[in-house]
Amino acid sequence: MTQRLKEVDVVVIGVGMVGSIVAKELAAAGYKVVGLERGEARFTVPQFQSPAIHDELRFDIRKALMQDNTREAVTFRNQSSETALPIRRWESFLPGTGLGGSMVHWNGQTYRFQANDFELATRTRARYGSKFLDPDVTIQDWGVTYDDLEPHYDRFEYLLGTSGKAGNIKGKIVPGGDPHESPRSREYPTPPQKEHYSGAMFRRAASSLGYHPFPQPSSNLSQPYTNPEGVKLNACVFCGFCERYACEHFAKSVPQTIILPVLLANPNFELRTGCQVQRINLDSTRKKAKGVTYIDAAGREFEQPASLVITSSFALNNVRMLLLSRIGTPYDPTTAKGVVGRNYAYQTMSSVASFFDEDVFINPFMASGASGTIINDFAGDNFDHSGLGFIGGSFIGAVNTNGRPIQYHPVPPGTPSWGKGWKDAVIKHYNHTVMFSLHGSSVSTRQNYLDLDPTYKDAWGQPLLRMTFDFPQNDLKMAAHVTAKAVEIGKAMGAKEVAGSPRKGPYTTTQYQTTHNTGGTVMGGDPSTSVVNRYLQSWDVPNVFVIGASAYPQNASWNPTNTLGALTYWAIDAIKHKYLKNPGRLVSA
Amino acid sequence: MDRVSRRSFVASIGAASLVPAASALAVEQAPSAPAPSHTPLGTQDTAPVYLFFNASEARFIESACERLIPADEHGAGALGAGVPNYLDKQLGGAWGAGERLYRSGPWVAGSASQGYQLPFTPGELFHQALRAINRDLDSRGTPLPRMTAEAQDAYLKSLEGGTVDLNGVPSGVFFDMLLKMTVEGFFSDPVYGGNRDMVAWRMIGFPGAYADYYDSIDRHGVKFEREPMSLGEDGERHIHSDPNIPAHL
Repeated sequence: MTQRLKEVDVVVIGVGMVGSIVAKELAAAGYKVVGLERGEARFTVPQFQSPAIHDELRFDIRKALMQDNTREAVTFRNQSSETALPIRRWESFLPGTGLGGSMVHWNGQTYRFQANDFELATRTRARYGSKFLDPDVTIQDWGVTYDDLEPHYDRFEYLLGTSGKAGNIKGKIVPGGDPHESPRSREYPTPPQKEHYSGAMFRRAASSLGYHPFPQPSSNLSQPYTNPEGVKLNACVFCGFCERYACEHFAKSVPQTIILPVLLANPNFELRTGCQVQRINLDSTRKKAKGVTYIDAAGREFEQPASLVITSSFALNNVRMLLLSRIGTPYDPTTAKGVVGRNYAYQTMSSVASFFDEDVFINPFMASGASGTIINDFAGDNFDHSGLGFIGGSFIGAVNTNGRPIQYHPVPPGTPSWGKGWKDAVIKHYNHTVMFSLHGSSVSTRQNYLDLDPTYKDAWGQPLLRMTFDFPQNDLKMAAHVTAKAVEIGKAMGAKEVAGSPRKGPYTTTQYQTTHNTGGTVMGGDPSTSVVNRYLQSWDVPNVFVIGASAYPQNASWNPTNTLGALTYWAIDAIKHKYLKNPGRLVSA
Repeated sequence: MDRVSRRSFVASIGAASLVPAASALAVEQAPSAPAPSHTPLGTQDTAPVYLFFNASEARFIESACERLIPADEHGAGALGAGVPNYLDKQLGGAWGAGERLYRSGPWVAGSASQGYQLPFTPGELFHQALRAINRDLDSRGTPLPRMTAEAQDAYLKSLEGGTVDLNGVPSGVFFDMLLKMTVEGFFSDPVYGGNRDMVAWRMIGFPGAYADYYDSIDRHGVKFEREPMSLGEDGERHIHSDPNIPAHL
């Protein structure tokens, strides 16, 4: 028996980073907004407090903050010729659940993408010719440019209070920052965090090789900050429990510390937790959404009518929501027709370990999630790819996020995996190793996509999302090239042994890489290759907006969150100032 | 084996003697724990009370864990650190029952990239595999604890190779889970029943749940000297929980 509720102006599916921002903007503009969150309500006090939050077993290993995959998993296969099977335990990527979403357990690494990234297809053709890429690569332009997004990047960074050093303000190169970055309109809201020892070693070595090191932009703040919403944050104390954890100190920029206090105080907004949205309901024309159907924590089914539906859940869940609601044409890899699920991309992560003598104390446990020193000399299109046979790149950085020992106990290649030899090596290297992170781009291809699984179901009886993905050759070549450069930096640091681990195929779900899943509801200018227009509005159902990293046509060399924040403000501006004044298509197809 | 565990016991008590006696607060928070004694909770030399493993399973697990992480000149191994107790409480609790494991069929053997695809919960998997292992060892006439260290290692390597069928569990899958959980028990907080007296953290210099390095992070290259801290401690360094009680959350 479905209970029909009173109609509201807007229903928001998923109250994480995107959901909190759009709900806040619309509630402040006077619209009645309901936020449906499948997880629990949770706040810095009391849920995130120490000492309980500093529990590696519970949070890292048992993944206490992550999507409950006993109820809602994803199936996976490398190739469409295989049978997809459920990812029965999260490892490779870790979608969160609960109020604040995945951002609660992020590391706060807050990069912008570059101008090149938003016009990747056009600029790649212009610089390297139309035959440069493997024909299976399906990269495309975003339909927005960096200049469109710059004010929104700026607004989002000031919401977060991001700590960093500008490298390019309005075209003027600023010493100490990243000289490769696209121009920003002003300096970061707060100065960079203190530099970890590993970062200082990296900075000197990278400089000696002629590269351009800069402090990683961090949304674990270097100093107390009050954001434009009037919400106060504290300085990070480098506790070393950041990614996979929530912050106890009000020092990591997450919805709880940047915007939820304002949103929850607005009577135009109603938060409902424990609500699993089953689908977006369409009218008989299938061109208009009527609202959503959800099931609450007690198993009761409700229909929530709304004039505007914004799906703002994790990238993979946005894609699944459209497929379950039959909005847009599902992608078919055999014909390369259809759009929903198309251009799923990821991130191509490599690493380098530099081992030092036992009198060099690295202290890896002193860390924020974003303490690090970085170079962008091998990221994006910042180097000439002629003759290399690939596009894209990686930032390279000494990114020291933690020293939690169940997960972090680096040993040199050739070390036995157990016994006295293993124990000796762990003790010898734990506090004397510098790890580099190589955060690589990911091209979209014809073969990599998302659809609904024909066999496996969630706890509500709906099909799981099916992921078909393997690393494109383009990205494996990129990983090999950039890892070799990073090994040279390790050697220049004076390490006695440097071990590079370029990412190799096949992609496996059994090893953590990153939670930067992108694509599947791609944005763009052409309805035959995109699900949403440049304002993240569904081409098929104009009163549905799909805001998430699912909109990225491919993934760039940097962490995706800042770009998603910019897109969120870009989209909500269009919703407030264009769509709601005259509901309908913002771009004609 | 006895000699080894004795040595690690002495090592752990040596460190524990720095810790003051359990406080009334500690007793109040752990009402089922024994009355206050001169030995802080969590550091007694009592054999763990096994709730999940039967006696022959426990004997195998104790010997196997100690070979995976042996006691040596650096300090305790897995046995001295209480890892078998950790395994017992995890496997007998929610984790052993399939917590955070998607459990719907159909059950199909997949590729390596598709990860774990067996229908067994961790608890079921251990019982199945240990039954087959103990039957095999019985037929050989020598249980693992009575083998030489070299023979124990050779036996564990035969499991690690993965080709033996242990009542439907490929031995490599069992070995990987045993090794993974042994490392977890060695390095996780002592409230979970392993890492007794934070012995593993002391070995590598990890300060545990202590977490304020604002003033230290830019003192580059300076060794950080501080006693590690457990989740179960209050500001006076008392351990609140009894490691024989699963600290389930």
